[in-house]
Amino acid sequence: MTDVGLALRQVRYENRAFWRNPAAAFFTFAFPLLFMVIFNVIFAETGGAAPGARASDFFTPAIIVFAVITATYTNIAMTVSIARDSGVLKRIRGTPLPAMAYLFGRIAHAVLVALLLVAIVAAFGAIAYDVSFPWEHIGALTLTLAVAAASFCALGLAVSALMPSADAAPAIVNATILPLLFISNVFIRLEDPPAWMDLLAGFFPVRHFADAMLAIYSPAMAGGSFDPLDLAVIGAWGVAGVLFSLRFFSWEPRR
Amino acid sequence: MAEPAIRVRGLRKQYGPVEAVGGIDLEVAVGEVFALLGPNGAGKTTTAEILEGHRSPSAGEVRVLGHDPARGERAYRERIGIVLQSTGVEEYLTVRETVALHAGYYPRPRDVDDVIGLVGLEEQADRRVRQLSGGQRRRVDLAVALAGDPELLFLDEPTTGFDPSARRQAWEMIRGLTALGKTIFLTTHFMDEAQLLAHRVAVIARGEIVAQGSPRTLGDRHRATTTVRFALEGDTELPDRFGAERDDGQYVLRTDRPTELLHELTEWAVAASVELAGLEVSRPTLEDVYLQLTAESRT
Repeated sequence: MTDVGLALRQVRYENRAFWRNPAAAFFTFAFPLLFMVIFNVIFAETGGAAPGARASDFFTPAIIVFAVITATYTNIAMTVSIARDSGVLKRIRGTPLPAMAYLFGRIAHAVLVALLLVAIVAAFGAIAYDVSFPWEHIGALTLTLAVAAASFCALGLAVSALMPSADAAPAIVNATILPLLFISNVFIRLEDPPAWMDLLAGFFPVRHFADAMLAIYSPAMAGGSFDPLDLAVIGAWGVAGVLFSLRFFSWEPRR
Repeated sequence: MAEPAIRVRGLRKQYGPVEAVGGIDLEVAVGEVFALLGPNGAGKTTTAEILEGHRSPSAGEVRVLGHDPARGERAYRERIGIVLQSTGVEEYLTVRETVALHAGYYPRPRDVDDVIGLVGLEEQADRRVRQLSGGQRRRVDLAVALAGDPELLFLDEPTTGFDPSARRQAWEMIRGLTALGKTIFLTTHFMDEAQLLAHRVAVIARGEIVAQGSPRTLGDRHRATTTVRFALEGDTELPDRFGAERDDGQYVLRTDRPTELLHELTEWAVAASVELAGLEVSRPTLEDVYLQLTAESRT
């Protein structure tokens, strides 16, 4: 079998295993929709400065951001940490399967799940909240999703390299991502955040992903159009994640 | 003479200031079952992992199937199978899927159902790995290592943590593999395991090989002094010419020529019409030799 064939085969088996793990499938798919409903209810008044803007115009792109990050960053960081601790990575390393084919399998599967989630959240937003899908910006949307999914996968791998053990993975992953989700216009629309928080959030990729998605979905609410600079920041983090992984990624359990 | 499957010369491995393996030589012939026997922390796993290509040696020459394992060549990994100390397979795939997934990594895999049969998991073939018992999971490990039909199989402490009946089953399985002509490199800290499975045993202690040989000849066991024990009923005394020691009412004779001694002894007993009660002829067990060897190296 060619390396490409092997890599695609990994995706198939990853996919099969993923859907059989009810917890993973549930958290990945149910949480974004659940959060979307909850946020739309409790933040119904969050219209923002733009006249006629609704909470759902904000939360549809915001939840897409959350869903993509969960499916890529969180998912990769957790599953790779568990696979390392349980010896799966080490075992793979002793077979002829190229390391890149294995990692491609994990990453490609995560990206497929992310795309499926984007479709589900976008469809839910359109049907339940009448938020129209931004067909007119489909190019910018595709590019943003591609750069973000790839970058957050790379960051997931990088964080897994730092993980002392699989037990620590949920705590560390949540500690790295939850605060950012709160200060980066994802869970809450911050009308007028303190300057330091704005600066801090601007340093990390989550805020730029959220800004880009909001600009694509609701330019009026974003107060500006899509800015490629956001993608550059996300991409830079992705490259840093790749470099860090190349240097520090380990196939050995840490015991 | 044919090229050996494994040849190691002066292998050393340092971890910082600690020397885990201190210059060992090994040779394993094709088709041989070789056991590296030693207590925990003796350097068994480090040696195995260097041969597998998981670690690089600090010094020394290592050739396995004509390859340098440290180079991590795919062509090398296509020819070996590894059973690590701990299980590591995807929990949510079935046994058959797991074996099929791994078989696909190799150029000439063994038939999937054939592999499942070899490890005795036919009945569990369609169950998910997470639903299996610990012993059954170890069989999955072995199945995965066999999926590519390797020439050389590494088994790192294959029965550690098994209950006695599971160990016996595992041994049966491993003996079955020898019949397939596989070369097997086994590490273990169980004497009986080495004795039962291996053609040749090397005892490692503190990173050094302290003895090497067949389970029968290890530590010159086959030439070691034989001990003969028995008791005499009534008040019959053993003639002094036998030079016996007394131990708790029993006579103890030690000899390097057991055939001759037994002949004389039984001839005397038959002539004198006495029974040699509880007659016992013994040589040091592999365990005795092993404990002696590993204890010596500690001093």
